[in-house]
Order: sequence, then structure tokens, then C-alpha cells
Amino acid sequence: MKEIHELDLPDDVRYAEDHEWVRSEGSKLVVGISDYAQDQLGDIVFVELPEVGAKLSKGEAFGTVESVKAVSELYMPVGGTIAAINGKLEESPELVNNQPYGQGWMVEVQPGDPKEIDALMTQQAYLEMLKGL
Amino acid sequence: MNKNLGTTGLILNEPLLWEKGSKGRTGFSVPESDVDASPLDSELVGDGPDFPDLSEVDVVRHYTRLSTWNFGVDTGMYPLGSCTMKYNPKTNERQARLPGFAGAHPLLPPQLAQGALELMYKLERYLDEVTGMQATSLQPAAGAHGELAGMLLIYAYHKHRGDQRSKIIIPDTAHGTNPASAALCGYRPVPVKSNENGVLSVETIEAVMDAETAGIMVTNPNTIGLFEDHIREICRVIHDKGGLVYCDGANMNAIMGIVDMNEIGIDVLHLNLHKTFSTPHGGGGPGSGPVCVNDKLEPFLPVPRIVEKDGQYNLSEDFPRSIGKLDTFHGHFGVMIKAYSYIMSMGAAGLKKASQLSVLNANYIKERLKSTYHLPHDRPCMHEVVFNDQNLQAYKITTLDVAKRLMDYGFHPPTVYFPLVVPGAIMIEPTETECKQDIDRFIEAMQQIAQEAKEDPELLKSAPHRSKVRRLDETTAARKPCLAN
Repeated sequence: MKEIHELDLPDDVRYAEDHEWVRSEGSKLVVGISDYAQDQLGDIVFVELPEVGAKLSKGEAFGTVESVKAVSELYMPVGGTIAAINGKLEESPELVNNQPYGQGWMVEVQPGDPKEIDALMTQQAYLEMLKGL
Repeated sequence: MNKNLGTTGLILNEPLLWEKGSKGRTGFSVPESDVDASPLDSELVGDGPDFPDLSEVDVVRHYTRLSTWNFGVDTGMYPLGSCTMKYNPKTNERQARLPGFAGAHPLLPPQLAQGALELMYKLERYLDEVTGMQATSLQPAAGAHGELAGMLLIYAYHKHRGDQRSKIIIPDTAHGTNPASAALCGYRPVPVKSNENGVLSVETIEAVMDAETAGIMVTNPNTIGLFEDHIREICRVIHDKGGLVYCDGANMNAIMGIVDMNEIGIDVLHLNLHKTFSTPHGGGGPGSGPVCVNDKLEPFLPVPRIVEKDGQYNLSEDFPRSIGKLDTFHGHFGVMIKAYSYIMSMGAAGLKKASQLSVLNANYIKERLKSTYHLPHDRPCMHEVVFNDQNLQAYKITTLDVAKRLMDYGFHPPTVYFPLVVPGAIMIEPTETECKQDIDRFIEAMQQIAQEAKEDPELLKSAPHRSKVRRLDETTAARKPCLAN
């Protein structure tokens, strides 16, 4: 597993305590899991995502990610409606391991409150949290 | 003897039976027919099943060779946390094979099955006594079925009082199947976190318990191997709001005859006869998961129940509030005989001693390994101890590598990556089965592996080296499972 200094933590996304990331793209928000999360989980073998159109509040589970070690729930870092899901993950769950911030994205959300993203951690704050774990 | 149990040996390959044998080979000679041949209805004629032609020695060698690839508790130490892989005494097998038991048909009328019914009746009473509960049903077929039975009992209790509730509290230190059992019964699981000491805080439960909540499912000792020391207070909080307390008894091996479950406030508890009471498991069954209840839930137990009158045993359906029948016939009777045999062999003092030794063994391992492996909760444990791989991260060695390398030393790996509340968990449950010499050998193997991690990490990453098959590609197996051929 990676040391903290080996982690890829881009500064154009915000981070949640449960290790999801959020990136603003136009009026939508794209959500995935961080490099730390995929590294901790190990080889991901299955990703279960919600239906498009599902309305979920912040903190609610939107899916599950299964690795060779464990099954973990995915939590909404912001509330809103699922506008799109990454269908590629059904065939290629390894994208989450290989490109957690790129082709390994999970869902696109139409946020209920666009300002909710501001409450999430910056790269620096997330790094501090990881150091404390 | 050699310090290291693991060594090289001649391991024979073995093809599928269909790749063995040849046309015309046979295991026995069919006697010559002494009746005339007569034509068969053409509708009954067709290709026969695709069975290989084999001799007796072909078949015996086949299965004997396959058996040598196995590792079981009869082979060596099997410290699989939370599974209680204790030794299964052979006398249990002997009793279960007594012709009067083994040959009894489940549809025999009670007057012809008095011995079987008496054994079940007495086993129920013994389990009442071991747990402190008031009544027991042997019907649930295994652990998760016992959990479901417990949930159905709680549901029936609230329904009878005209008080329908929708939620069940489940701590993160409970067993992994608990939320599924609650959900299957229609309840919404409400997850709660344990505190920094690895146990539940009373305040956490107070904050979530309400009139909509049917109760809580606790595992005690919990899945980190710690005793929930606030359990009485937690039960009080649940009861004050009209809820009930379910206890997952999978970890009962730590507390047989020591903790009175009824006294601490448990309303329903399931037991795993295939763990605590020394019946075999690990090959997929059969298990047996009796539920033990207090007087609140006794009227709701499954039917038929075994009743005794003047030394005669009978099956009775006359329990109008019962949740009904849970499986075909009477549960896994063969397992009950083995558990009964175990209880009779051990006696009350012996069962208590077994629990004490299982706790002592786990604490001995904890104390001797805690300077080598990181111990997230450094406090007295019960029958199992949870370490993790934090001290090995600098060498890029993970829990999985340690587990695989242990096989080279002749030990079955412990449970890994569970419980989820401890990242990189290694959960070790030695049980009372192991003597001090074997436990010392295990500890030394673990210490040596930690040393290897520093000096030659590749040795761990490529382990196991001595097994029939080397490290399997678990990722591809899970991503692209080959489910047929």
C-alpha cells in the first residue's frame, strides 16, 4: 500500500470524510473515490451504482464497491439527483484503481444546493486528515 | 522435531475422474442375469449418463489424493478468528452414528422416536443452562438462520403488543450477517459506531434508540474479541424505550457457563453448535443455530416444540403465538447429537474451563505478539485477538502476505481484513484446542515472518511456496469468474 507522500491527491477536487471526491463540471458535480480509498480497498472487482434519477441526500449510501478484501458502501458527499452513472465500471471495475479521478469516476450529481461542495475538504485539509488516521 | 511444521513433500497430482479410467473398467462384477431379456419401452431408451469407467483402486486413490490437499483442524492449528475452529472429538461422531439415531426416519411418530426426542429436549435444557436463558428452539439450521429466527421472534413480540417498529440498531462491531438478517425480516438496519476502546458507548445507543426501533443486535463478545462492558446499561436503554436485545452468540466460546445472558438483559441469543459445541464445520455445513430466549419471547418460539409429560416426549403445535415452523422436520439432528455428546463429555465444569482456556490462549498470543504486530486495542481480549499490518507498511508488506506466508509454516491463515473497523485486520482465535507448545510454534512463526518482512519482503509477496498451488489470482477470479467448465 502507498505511503501518504505517494498518494495522488489533485487540488481541483474536494474531498469527503468517507474518501469520496467531488469535482465541479458546469452545473453538475462528478463523484468518485480518492486514491487513498482505492489503495486501501485493493483490487476492486465490482462497483454497484444507483439508478439515474435517484434523489439522495448528503451522507446517504449511493452504491457499493467490492474489492478482494471487503465490500464498502459509497456515501453521497453532497445531496442531489443522480444525473449520470459511469456504465464502464460494470465491465471494467479496475478503472477505479487505475484512474480514480479520471475514467474511474462513479456518478454525476445535479446538486440540490450547489454551495454544499464548499463544506467539503480541500486537498490540504484532506491530506491533514489522512496524516491523522 | 523440526521447528517449522511446513516442509516439502511429495504432493501427487490428480486428474478429474472423467480423465481417468478406460472403457470397460469396473469396480465390481455384476452377477449374470438369471431372467430372460425383454424389450424396453422405446420412450425409456436413450443415452445413459456420462459416467467414467473406473476400477475401485482408481476411485480410492482419487479421493485419497484429493484429501491430502486439504488442511483441517485434524491436520493442524486453524486459528480462523470468529469461526471457533476447535477440535471435533471423535466420540461425537461415534454417538451420531448409533443406528437408533442415524437410522431414525424424521417422520417416525413420537412414540417410536422417544430417544431422539429426549435427546433434543435435554439438549434444549442444557443450552438454557449454559446461557442462562429460559427456553430454546433447536430448529434454526445454522447461524444466520438463528439470527433470522431471533428477528422473527422480536417482530412477533412487537406485533402481538400492537406496536409495530421499523428499525434495528446494529453496531459496527457486530457480525457481518446481522444487517442482512434484520433486513430480511423487513427492518431497516441503523448502523452505530463503537468507541475508541473498541466497544459500544451507552450515549451512542441513547442517541439513536427511539419508539420506532424494535431493538438492537449486539455481538458479545464483539467481533474485535472484546467484551461489551457496558452491555447492562445498553440493555436498559433499549428496554426503557420498549425495544428488545438480540445477542449474536457466535462468540459464545469465550463465556460458556460464565456470563448469564438473561441476567445481563439479553432477550434472545443464538448459538452456533458448529462452533462453540464442537461439531464440524468449514466445509459448508451442516450447521445448527439454536435460539435461546427469555420469558418475554418464549410464547413465540417455533413449532413443533418438544414437550415432556410423565417421562414421555411429544411434539406439540399448541402454541398459538408461535412464529411457525422454520425448516423441514426438526433441524439438523446429527449436529444436535454431536453437541449433546460434547456437553455430556465435558460437564458443566469442563465447559467453563474450555472457555477460560480459550480466553487465556488468545491473551497469551496477544501479549507475546504485541511488540511485533500492531495491536489497535491494547486491553484484555476474550477468545480472539485482532492485530493489523501497520508495523509492516514500511516494507510494503500487507496482511494478505503474512497470511499466505503462514501457510509455508504449516498453519492455516487466520481471518484477514475482518472486522472492517480495523483496517488490515488479522484476527486470531486459537481456541482451547491448542496446547502451549503449538501456540508457541505459531507465535514464533509469526515473529519470523515479521523478520522476513524486513529482510526479504519478496519471500512474503510470493508466498505460499510449499502449497499444492501457489498464490492464486483472486482479482481475476472475482472480476471474471468462470462459473462453468
